[in-house]
Amino acid sequence: MELFLQQLINGIVQGSIYALIALGYTMVYGVLRLINFAHGDVFMLGAFIGFYTANLLGISQPSVGALILVMTVSMAGSAAVGLVIERFAYRPVRKFSRLTSLITAIGVSLLLEYAAQFVFGATPKSFPTIFETQNISLFGNVTISNDSILIIIVSIFLMVMLNLIVFKTKLGKAMRAVSFNLDVAKLMGINTDFIIAFTFALGSALAAAAGILYSVHFTKIDPLMGLLIGLKAFVAAVLGGIGNITGAVLGGLLLGIAEIMVSGYISSSYKDVFAFLILILVLIVKPAGLLGSAAQEKV
Amino acid sequence: MLQLQDLHVSYGAIKALKGITIEVKQGEVVTLIGANGAGKTTTLRTITGLLTPKQGKVLFEGKDISGTPTHKVVAQGICMSPEGRGVFANLSVEENLELGAYLASDPARIKSDLEKVFALFPRLKERLKQISGTLSGGEQQMVAIGRAMMARPRLLLLDEPSLGLAPLVVKSIFQAIDEINKAGTTVLLVEQNAHTALKHSHRAYVLETGTIVLEGSSEELAADKRVREAYLGE
Repeated sequence: MELFLQQLINGIVQGSIYALIALGYTMVYGVLRLINFAHGDVFMLGAFIGFYTANLLGISQPSVGALILVMTVSMAGSAAVGLVIERFAYRPVRKFSRLTSLITAIGVSLLLEYAAQFVFGATPKSFPTIFETQNISLFGNVTISNDSILIIIVSIFLMVMLNLIVFKTKLGKAMRAVSFNLDVAKLMGINTDFIIAFTFALGSALAAAAGILYSVHFTKIDPLMGLLIGLKAFVAAVLGGIGNITGAVLGGLLLGIAEIMVSGYISSSYKDVFAFLILILVLIVKPAGLLGSAAQEKV
Repeated sequence: MLQLQDLHVSYGAIKALKGITIEVKQGEVVTLIGANGAGKTTTLRTITGLLTPKQGKVLFEGKDISGTPTHKVVAQGICMSPEGRGVFANLSVEENLELGAYLASDPARIKSDLEKVFALFPRLKERLKQISGTLSGGEQQMVAIGRAMMARPRLLLLDEPSLGLAPLVVKSIFQAIDEINKAGTTVLLVEQNAHTALKHSHRAYVLETGTIVLEGSSEELAADKRVREAYLGE
């Protein structure tokens, strides 16, 4: 029982990071019907922007303030990267077939990965200690680290904020309109190019937040760190029903928990196999994903 | 108010419009009738900037707007109820109408425009909180027209408002179109239902495979032998 609870906590922590990244995949898919394969690399860039920000500022004293500062800079920087990617890679090919955009996405992903290796170096870097981590014992042998609590709180906060933007603001209403029908959204007077760019910025900022949380928790970063995590977050988005915001969160958490359970009870070498096995099984039973349906609310 | 001058539009190698010239004057209801594939929807999509002409001009109040992005065309006062209604099926009636007023920021204005739409279509007031996808076809058409009116257009484009609706519903939709026009909005109406369209318009153009083949007052065209044979089923 103790092992189970411990694994559940770890799974939720892992799952929150998947969920934050999956939100970006699902939102961009919602407005453009594009799988932005470079999204995992934006997560990586978020971590590196955080790394350099913390080093340049010479943060010597770990604190919540330092963390918030680093995270804000990283989210803003990555949002800008998202805007640049959208403007110069995806927008010019939008009028061609979907396949063109997809191949462009793979190209952007490789470009970011290898440019990052060139600029940052291929060897893993230690993320500076901007947040003092310590373990808090809950009961028996079950512990939770304070950075795990942080990951969960920040994730919930960002998801609530996202929900408010999408469902309570005019901008969010425009996003939902674009996601439902691009041409009709234009006829409402919506500047759809702006909405699409905004969606990229929003998704990229969430990925950067995930990048910082991941780095604080796992402490090692490298230019290819976004590859597998990005792929898994994509799996999470599909699992939940791509295009569906709640689905992305649900898919992320389920995948995180399943993975950690497999590592704990079966073998950690097989956790990735199980992630994809779950995806295949869910898609056989529910091809549109857990929350995906014909009349889904897509963004 | 609106002039299309020698408009050519193609989809790749397929020529959809082969040089049409149309004029809509302030205060008029002008209808464009023709069979499926004649180029009616293409004409409206070109006016709103969803398509860019290969050649020719779209003049709105003397200004060439061809190639202007759609959201800027809307801002200049041209709104459209698209073919197949294009209602946001996942949003409520209220949210649909609010999106129609996307460019307006004054809440008082939006509120008074909402009341105007309710006066036009009392049914929508009852359905306000309902998800639009669950409405009947006629009610969805009301949402589409009401939504276009929320932007206070000076020129309203209607693409097949009678499509798939029962005769009684068509009648009430066209009564609303009459009212909209009487209140000062110019209307360009695209219809396959030539009979109703000619009854509710001042002037008409007949479009056949991308070319205007006939034009005149709606009364004249309704009496014209060729129109009666080809479009009014006589």
